[in-house]
Order: sequence, then C-alpha cells, then structure tokens
Amino acid sequence: MSKYYLNYLDELESEAIFILREVWAQFENPVILFSGGKDSILVTHLAKKAFYPSKIPFALMHVDTGHNFPETIKFRDDLIESLGAKLIVGSVQESIDQGRVAEEKGKNATRNALQITTLLDALETNKVDCAIGGGRRDEEKARAKERFFSHRNDFGEWDPKNQRPELWNLLNGKQFEGEHFRAFPISNWTEMDVWNYIKRENISIPSLYFAHEREVVFRNNSWIPVSEYLKLEDGEKIEKKKIRFRTLGDITITGGIESDADTLDKIADEVSAMRKTERGDRSDDKRSETAMEDRKKQGYF
Amino acid sequence: MEINNNQLLRFTTAGSVDDGKSTLIGRLLYDSKSIFEDQLESVTNTSAKKGHDGVDLALFTDGLKDEREQGITIDVAYRYFTTPKRKFIIADTPGHIQYTRNMVTGASTANAALILIDARHGVIEQTKRHSFIASLLNIPHLIVCINKMDLVDFSEERYNEIITQFEEFSSKLLVKDVRFVPMSALLGDNVVNRSENMDWYGGGTLLSILETLHISSDINKIDARFPVQTVLRPQSDEHRDYRGYAGRVASGIYRTGDEVSVLPSGFTSKIKSMNAGEKEVEEAFAPMSISMTLEDDIDVSRGDMIVKKNNQPEGEQEFDVMLCWLNNDAAKPRAKYTVMHTSNEQRAMIKDVVYKIDINTYNRNTEDKDLGMNDIARVTVRTTHRLMLDSYRDNRNTGSIILIDENTNETVAAGMIV
Repeated sequence: MSKYYLNYLDELESEAIFILREVWAQFENPVILFSGGKDSILVTHLAKKAFYPSKIPFALMHVDTGHNFPETIKFRDDLIESLGAKLIVGSVQESIDQGRVAEEKGKNATRNALQITTLLDALETNKVDCAIGGGRRDEEKARAKERFFSHRNDFGEWDPKNQRPELWNLLNGKQFEGEHFRAFPISNWTEMDVWNYIKRENISIPSLYFAHEREVVFRNNSWIPVSEYLKLEDGEKIEKKKIRFRTLGDITITGGIESDADTLDKIADEVSAMRKTERGDRSDDKRSETAMEDRKKQGYF
Repeated sequence: MEINNNQLLRFTTAGSVDDGKSTLIGRLLYDSKSIFEDQLESVTNTSAKKGHDGVDLALFTDGLKDEREQGITIDVAYRYFTTPKRKFIIADTPGHIQYTRNMVTGASTANAALILIDARHGVIEQTKRHSFIASLLNIPHLIVCINKMDLVDFSEERYNEIITQFEEFSSKLLVKDVRFVPMSALLGDNVVNRSENMDWYGGGTLLSILETLHISSDINKIDARFPVQTVLRPQSDEHRDYRGYAGRVASGIYRTGDEVSVLPSGFTSKIKSMNAGEKEVEEAFAPMSISMTLEDDIDVSRGDMIVKKNNQPEGEQEFDVMLCWLNNDAAKPRAKYTVMHTSNEQRAMIKDVVYKIDINTYNRNTEDKDLGMNDIARVTVRTTHRLMLDSYRDNRNTGSIILIDENTNETVAAGMIV
C-alpha cells in the first residue's frame, strides 16, 4: 500500500482546517461560538493550526446563561489570554433584565432555550455574518442533517427542508443583508474521534471532564451538581460522589456520571466502552423527541 | 478503540424505503455495535407504539419530524460508525423525492456507493438511475446489495439472474469496481455476519468488503494541484516577511524544492517550505491542509492555483460539463450565474444545452433545451475569465463546479468537466 494516505484523524483534521479557512476567506466578520465545552475547545485548537503562524483571526463569542460552572469561566478566560483573541459575551441575564426573554417557570425550568434570543441578539449587535460552532452530526438526529455551511434567514431560523446542496469541497456562503451562516468544521467527528484527537494532541480541557469528588443529587438518572441554583425536591439528598462530566452545559442541567477516569487515556477508554450517547445525560434534550430540532429551527446552536 | 492508522471511507446508499435501505443501515449500525442503549431504548419504544414486532431497525435512521410522520427521508443524512479496521461515514440519501439532487450531493465525495435491489423485483428503473448517477459522479467502487433474499428462498439461481440483468445495462457505465452481495438486511444475513442460509455464496459480507476496499488510489496522486484558499501574513516580529499560501492539496504530491507555476499568471518559483499546522513538512499530498511559502516574492492570492511546472491543467473560458440541475427554478437561457471552481469564483453563463440525458434509458435528447429540477445535461459554459480545469474523470476536485443563482444565492447546479 502506498504511504500517501492519511489516517482518519488526520483526514478529519484536514477537512476541519479547510472549512475554517473557507470561513475566513468568504465572510467579513466570523466568530467562534465558545461554550467552554470540549467541542468548541477543539474548534479553537484547529483554528490555531489553520492560521499558524498568524494568530486566530476569529473572536470567541460566549453565550453566558449565568448558570455556569466556575471552572468553565476560568478556563475560558485563561484560553483567551493565551490566544490573544477577543472575547464577546452575550448575557442571558441581561436579556432577562431588558425584558427580551422571561425566565421559565416550573420544576424543570432552565435557561437553555433563552439562549436563542441572546445568541441572535449578540450576532446582530456585533454584525457577525458567520458563527462557527462545534456541532457534530453524530450528536442528534436534527444535527445529522446539517451542512458545513448552514444558512440562517434574517430571523436567524434554520429551514432543514430547504437547504443548499453541498457538493465536493465547494462551499456556498453567499448571503443577503441580515442573514447569517453557521459553520460546522467538526461535523464529521464522533465523540470518540474528539477524545482520540484531544488525547493525541494533548489539548487542555476543563478539569470538569476528569473524575473528581463532588456534591451531587441524583435526578433524572444522572448526578446533578449542587450549586446555588439547585433546589432540592422531596426525597432528594446531597451525596458526595466521584464523578465526571461527558458534556458541559449549564450547571443546572448537566448531569455527571460516576467514574474513575482521571486522565485522557482513561477517559478515551471509558468513552469507547460507553453504551449511552453523551447527550443522554442532558435534560435539555430529553424534553421531547424533537427538542433539538425545534430549538435549532429557531436559531439555537 | 485504537484505530490510529486506519483510513476513513465515505459511502453513499441509494435505494428507497421499499428496498429496505433504512433497515440495511440500521442493521449495519446495530450489528457493528454502533447503537447506544438510549438510542435502542427510544427506538424500541417507538416500535412498540407503532405496533411493530421487536425492534424496527429502520427507525435508527429516522430524522426530522416530517420524516418520522411520513416515513420518508427528505434530505441527505449522515451516519457514522467505526470498526477496528476503519471509520465510516454514510451519506444516506432518499430514493424517492428529489432523488437526483440528493444522490448527487451524497455521491460527490463518496469512495463507494451501495445500490440496493429487492431480490423479488430484480433490476428496475430506479436501479439504472442510481447506477448511472454513481457512474456520472465517478464513484470508484459500486457494491450491489441484492436484498430480501429471504423472500426468494435464498435462491442462488435468482441471485445470478439479477447479476446478469445488472451487467446487461451496466456495461454502458464507467464504474471500475463492481461487487455483488446477496443479503437479508432484515435477518442480518451477509451484512455484518455471514449467512447460514446461503452456503453457495463464496464472497465476503458487506462489512468485510467495506473494510477491505482499496481506497488509497481513489485520489489522483499524479497531477499536483494546490488551489490557494487564503494568504497567511502574520506581521508579527517573529514572522515579519512570512507569506504563506494556505489551502488543501487537491491532488498529487508536493516536495520542498519543487519547481512550481502559479496559475493563471504563469509566474514560476520553487517551494521554499511547507507547514501542516505548526509542524514543518518536506512532503505534502492530497487531501492534506497545508501552507506553502515560495522562494520568490510573487503575487499569489485566493483563487490562484499552484501546480508543478511540468504538469499543468488547461486554462479555459469556454468548456463542456455534465450538469445536474438542483433547483426548483429552471435554468434561464443566457442568464448569469456565479461559478465556483476550487477556490476560484467567476461569473458564468450557460451558452448551450448540447443534449439532455434520460437517466432511465440513457438516451440523449438534443431537441429539449429546458433544464429543470433533477435534469442532467451536457452543456457549454462560458466564464468571464479562464478557469484552471482538469476533466472530472481524472480529478474530482479540480474537475467539478457549482453554479449559484445571483438573485437567490442558492446553489442551483453541479457540473462535472467533460
């Protein structure tokens, strides 16, 4: 066999770099949507490679629900400093204070859906014409339909039934005033690919991904971390467990799993033996069969 | 799972719900242990709600709300699975609605196409359509899955009959590598596990074929083509005079010291250095994303192509392509479109429709000049400036174009250079 072929991780890396460079070439004011989770950290790492030796030419935009893990915010600020990049924060709390959105009511209230308004407002205020996301097609059935360059109309909406066909490596980012694009450079990566690559490149990620002792409450089949926002229900009790998080979202809705995986090697091994999808621990996706599709159509990440 | 030296294989599936396409994909995912517990649970619940016996494998590929309600696939959906030998990307395309548009999209980057045939019905019009598109898009490997063998008593005779039917019409096509597999996706025969009902079949299961297809030579390694995406100019103290040309090698191999020409200007220079990310490399090949510096300070920008001095593409302003029309709005005679070719963009018009192809009969029609959704035709395109073209047969990356309607910004057509 000839030596002139790439292994699958190198090919995924090359594809992602190609897409990031295409975003830079085709748009005026692109940003990376940065949540502090492993996927947006990966996208940022790939952007560093794509433009080396130049600095990352994108600002990082964080939609802040106010319900953060403190570890995530610290990680974000350190990364911004080391990159010398610009940080734009869209605040859900401000959207609430300004009356743009209203806090959800009821037992399982979260700020998850409120992010849509804050995100779209932040994109408009900052005149962003392309928002780069860490969404992956293997995450969820609505995301399986995403293009690399995904068009959003002037209301920020996604129309999954009427998408532009995407052929070969030819990406059409043309748009009219007021519309914008989302770009997904790691569309073709699976959770396993992400971990194998993070391990290979030794990319630093928030400590929350590694097994650690934490005060938690068992709710909806996963361990929800104790925080100032958590209200105990009848019959619930606080326990101390060794857990880690597979995904990072709001501290109010992100469930941890019991684990001893405290190194990247152990995490990769654990993930490869997992029999549940990573979003299985996210209560935002459990609301209905089409929870993600409905949010995405309105302009969600 | 350590699969660090393993390749990525992209394949597309063509067929309709009736051929058992969704069941086949569900079976591949299920038997290769790529289905997670919560997915299985959700599909088991839905199967029960719908009154199916057991788990309906087809539900693993269900997508959007409308698709679940109508039991159809609307758009290309991507699925992933990994075995100890390879990582796979499936572009799952619908068989019925807008089949040409979606199949062309899914096929454009595929190494292999799966064509599904219902063993009871044998080769039908749809089989010919799908095979034609696979051939037109130059997919290197075709795997004909003769499914539902359980409904024809696992008959070897029937299997051979269908192969003969297929070979009768496929001799007109240009696919290099065709394989046949008799299977039952429903029962799992010859998908991942060998069939105990078809001892007479000596070939591999579908998965073992997918795992062993020779795909390293699918990319053209002879003609070196490097379309420039963007220019890197750090302007930091450390890299004051650095000018790196960033792009993805479309085909061929580059080495430092190679004599190169920059097209369309024709200026020549030598490769000074190449980088893949932070790492400097001596050699770069398709499909690596790299940046390149040249010995001489010449004008290079996005849309230019850096090629070897002794092996150059044709610079053309007027050329023929096989065009697939992908939009509800029909082509407008002499209207202007934007053409995208590698990283280059020009304005273009369709000068002439040479002939249209009936993809059921493969007949050419030179009378009908109207191009509507799902039509395939040979057309003559004229552009404002020269494009650096290879024929699509030789080079999928530098032989392909799309047309964009300037009024709607939509991608309306895909073209393959003849």
